[in-house]
Amino acid sequence: MENPYLPYPVRIKEIITETEDRNLKTFHFEFIHPEDEEKFVYTPGQFAELSVAGQGEIPIGIASSPTEKGSVMFTVNRVGAVTTYLHNMKPGETMGIRGPLGNWYPWEEMEGKNVVIIGGGFAFTTLRSSIIYMIQPENRSKFKDITVVYGARSPGMLLYREELTQWEQRDDIDMHITVDATEDPDWKYNVGFVPTITEEKITSADNAVALVCGPPIMIKFTQPVLEKLGFPPEKIILSLEMRMKCGIGICGRCNIGDQYVCKEGPVFSLAQLKELPQEY
Amino acid sequence: MDDKIFSKEEWEKALEGLKDSHRIFVPVKEGDYHTFARLSEENRPDFDFQNTRLSPKSLILPQSERMFDYSLDEKSEEAHILKEATKESSPQVIVGLRPCDALAIQLVNINFDNPEYRDPWWVRGIESTTSVGLGCNEPCATCFCSSTGGGPFNEKGLDVLLYDLGDNFFVRSLSPKGESLLEKVQGGKSADGSAKEEAEKLSASALEKITSKVPTDQLRGKNVNALFDAPFWDEVAFSCINCGTCTYLCPTCWCFDIQDEVLGKEGDRLRNWDSCMFPLFTYHGSGHNPREKKVQRVRQRFMHKLKYYVDKYETGVACVGCGRCVQHCPVNIDIREVFELANGL
Repeated sequence: MENPYLPYPVRIKEIITETEDRNLKTFHFEFIHPEDEEKFVYTPGQFAELSVAGQGEIPIGIASSPTEKGSVMFTVNRVGAVTTYLHNMKPGETMGIRGPLGNWYPWEEMEGKNVVIIGGGFAFTTLRSSIIYMIQPENRSKFKDITVVYGARSPGMLLYREELTQWEQRDDIDMHITVDATEDPDWKYNVGFVPTITEEKITSADNAVALVCGPPIMIKFTQPVLEKLGFPPEKIILSLEMRMKCGIGICGRCNIGDQYVCKEGPVFSLAQLKELPQEY
Repeated sequence: MDDKIFSKEEWEKALEGLKDSHRIFVPVKEGDYHTFARLSEENRPDFDFQNTRLSPKSLILPQSERMFDYSLDEKSEEAHILKEATKESSPQVIVGLRPCDALAIQLVNINFDNPEYRDPWWVRGIESTTSVGLGCNEPCATCFCSSTGGGPFNEKGLDVLLYDLGDNFFVRSLSPKGESLLEKVQGGKSADGSAKEEAEKLSASALEKITSKVPTDQLRGKNVNALFDAPFWDEVAFSCINCGTCTYLCPTCWCFDIQDEVLGKEGDRLRNWDSCMFPLFTYHGSGHNPREKKVQRVRQRFMHKLKYYVDKYETGVACVGCGRCVQHCPVNIDIREVFELANGL
């Protein structure tokens, strides 16, 4: 019997400090056993449990794209015991990852459509995975226009800055980077909250699906903007966070109504969420 | 297999005879209450009880269970790599569990063993267990099992059912597992027609003694958000002190936490029972808590049993009417009243 609680052993390949407050670090892991990498088949939107022996496990969205072979990538915010320990680990150290877990963005449904990506703060991880996935030559033609609104408190709090710059230069993706505020005179992108920039830059909901990830306050104010633009609740896709342990719908804590966020989620459409108790 | 009759002395001897090949768990009197304990010189079975205070769920899902162990010794090649903890998986027999508790294990099974994921420890626990039930001659005043898909002599989830006929046990095998157990048992004789009749009468009269009834089949058609937003939750939760006794005693409560523990350079990953009554249960690392208020947690417990479980598995409620939470709640919250409130909505 496969043990769904047993992590695959991995080695930390690289650690990158992402933000000026040093609270966000990106970890690249390589599987110790190559056959485990073959088993770890994931789709953008899924998450995994990062497992540190002696510390515990944390559920984190997968930030790499399945098209990026050789390692898997996670960006971790330092908030509690496990994440703090993880932030102090070094490349070469051994730990575990367990997954992939949960559902994913509705890729089949998104084919042939315009994709609007709206992200805020450190909740940009599975959206990064999605962008990388979509802009692969073999995938790009499956989607029409790709528009990205991504914001953070300040320029130094944006994740994946090099990649943002690269995407900015591409003509097959429409980037709108924004910060809440900045004193940097050389800042050449937008200044303003994500909902405001969304309202300015997104002009149509025609044949479009919106993927939205961010802090609750951003989601709360972005939702009416999207609805005003004409996005029906079925086409607004959200990824939720919840305290989790098992990650496989068994331990009982991450439910919203009869749905376990770890198993039936973390990706839900707004239409689905409207059917569920407002408890998240 | 034919029904059998054992004198109570014979039955106790028969259990002794199984001790070498099986781990036998029996109801044992401990202070004012009965509890399940492994049959031994000190732990003598006592079948004279209404129900054990704790359900036997811990025999399948221990209150604390080692999942993995690992070494943190850098000299070890396997340092930081989790290995499944070794565990005794020799056959176990639970003797004297009540039909409500056997049904509860069936209801919980759907959570641990489903088409997507099989919880290995749970599955092995179920596979290695033979359940020998004891019908309830005298149900408690708080029992309402006949309202929740069970009954004092309900056979669901049992391999063998015992009928207490005074000096004798009437023993009925209900499954291949039950047959194979009874084949290994010494003593007893085939039950004759009069014994069967006596057993049937006992079962019918026990069912009549259950006076506490509450409809539980009306909740599936209700709108989940209407129930969730119902005005009565504040009233239900008002006196609750979030002690968690209900979840601890409940045979269908299965929630658990996963924690690492380290001593020196050796560590274990454990799972421990947890409770939706505790704020930490859902407390995010960010500080956000979707169930930060007591009323939200109380509502979660009842909504899970009465509605979410029903909707998720398209089945009956996740309550077997054992009455433990009613009996032991320090502030007298009564799940039967919550059923009535929900039905009335």
